[in-house]
Amino acid sequence: MSSYSIQSQNLSKLFGRRLIFKDINFNWSEKGIFGISGPNGSGKSTLVKIVAGLIAASSGKIIHKNSDDEIIPEKLHNHIGFVSPYLVLYEEFSAWENLKIFANIRGINLNEPLVLGYLAKFLLENRKDDLVKTYSSGMKQRLKFIFALMHSPEVLIFDEPTSNLDDEGKKVVYDIVREEGKTRIVVVASNEMKDLEFCNEVLLLEKFK
Amino acid sequence: MITESYSLFKKDFHSELRTRYAINSLAMFIIVAISVILFSIGNETITTSLTAGLFWVVIFFTAMSGLARAFVSEEERGTTLTLQLIASPSTVFTGKLIFNMILVFCMNLVIALLYSALFEKFIVQNFSLFLLTFVLGNIGLAVASTIIAAIIAKAGAKGTLYPVLSFPILLPLILTCVQLTLFSFDGTRFEEAKFELAIVVGYDVIMLTASYMLFDFIWKD
Repeated sequence: MSSYSIQSQNLSKLFGRRLIFKDINFNWSEKGIFGISGPNGSGKSTLVKIVAGLIAASSGKIIHKNSDDEIIPEKLHNHIGFVSPYLVLYEEFSAWENLKIFANIRGINLNEPLVLGYLAKFLLENRKDDLVKTYSSGMKQRLKFIFALMHSPEVLIFDEPTSNLDDEGKKVVYDIVREEGKTRIVVVASNEMKDLEFCNEVLLLEKFK
Repeated sequence: MITESYSLFKKDFHSELRTRYAINSLAMFIIVAISVILFSIGNETITTSLTAGLFWVVIFFTAMSGLARAFVSEEERGTTLTLQLIASPSTVFTGKLIFNMILVFCMNLVIALLYSALFEKFIVQNFSLFLLTFVLGNIGLAVASTIIAAIIAKAGAKGTLYPVLSFPILLPLILTCVQLTLFSFDGTRFEEAKFELAIVVGYDVIMLTASYMLFDFIWKD
């Protein structure tokens, strides 16, 4: 069982003089589905980027721990799977090439049976050798889920997970959220009530202004 | 880290082969710059010092036209976030540095070959000194260009900012390399070029160390 935890201590973020949120505290540990909700511009994407170590907070801090050992920022990417509409994969490569490249750069072997399983689950198996630039926006979004899951990270962060997806795609994503939430930390940032339906707890960003 | 960096280099190399993002602009710049110099010289014979200077001028501006692509292309395509999610900052910098290093060596080799074929006074008397200057100069150029590319990638007006920011940083390297190239044309012995060689080695070491220390702060917002 995972003993991973994410702690937020008085987290605040300002862009220039504009306050996005202040004094956010939470403790997400082991497993579960944790939601982040708020209207457009409330700072959902900013918060998930801070949690993923992609941008710095203005004050306060995020601590990632694995079995009581604090994870250094240099290694944090190995523990995170991230999906968002603003994530862009390499369009000049095929889906399969992209996934192989990501595995190589991560320094891991591509788990082919696992990845092929995900490709089948996200209905991309027959298009895996096509260049990503020929994909529709929904297909690109599905591929991002494989990108996030392929290295079996302890934390999955899904920002607007169902954007660009059709009903079938949304169903697969909800299945993944439910299933993965049983064994690891899944963070869902969305303003769609349906996306937050399975969350154990939801952080309402309007309360942190 | 080296294996991961090499994988990143391979990704950039294959991406370059498919998109021709940097190679085309570098090749065009080399051809245009050398042609313009040759047309403006006409039948005149230029001095060895001017030949050495023009050699490094072409190298500097060619580097300015292509080396920023390592980071700018990631930023323009929006793939910077993807890279941040799969690799540590030091892996990214090393991968990009290997790519720029190989690009600089290939580019400068072509320039040197064209110069030796087209310029009368491009006659190297001390080949080992020229080779050492060429190697050390290229390393310095690649390291400085890579870190400056990372700095300007997130800025607006990248095209203007890159040469403007690079000029003061690369000036000590270029001036010393011009002097060393001139020494190699004159047949000056190694012992007499020790001081200039020490400057270039010092420049490379300082630039490499400072780049690795700075890159963490540049890479994450």
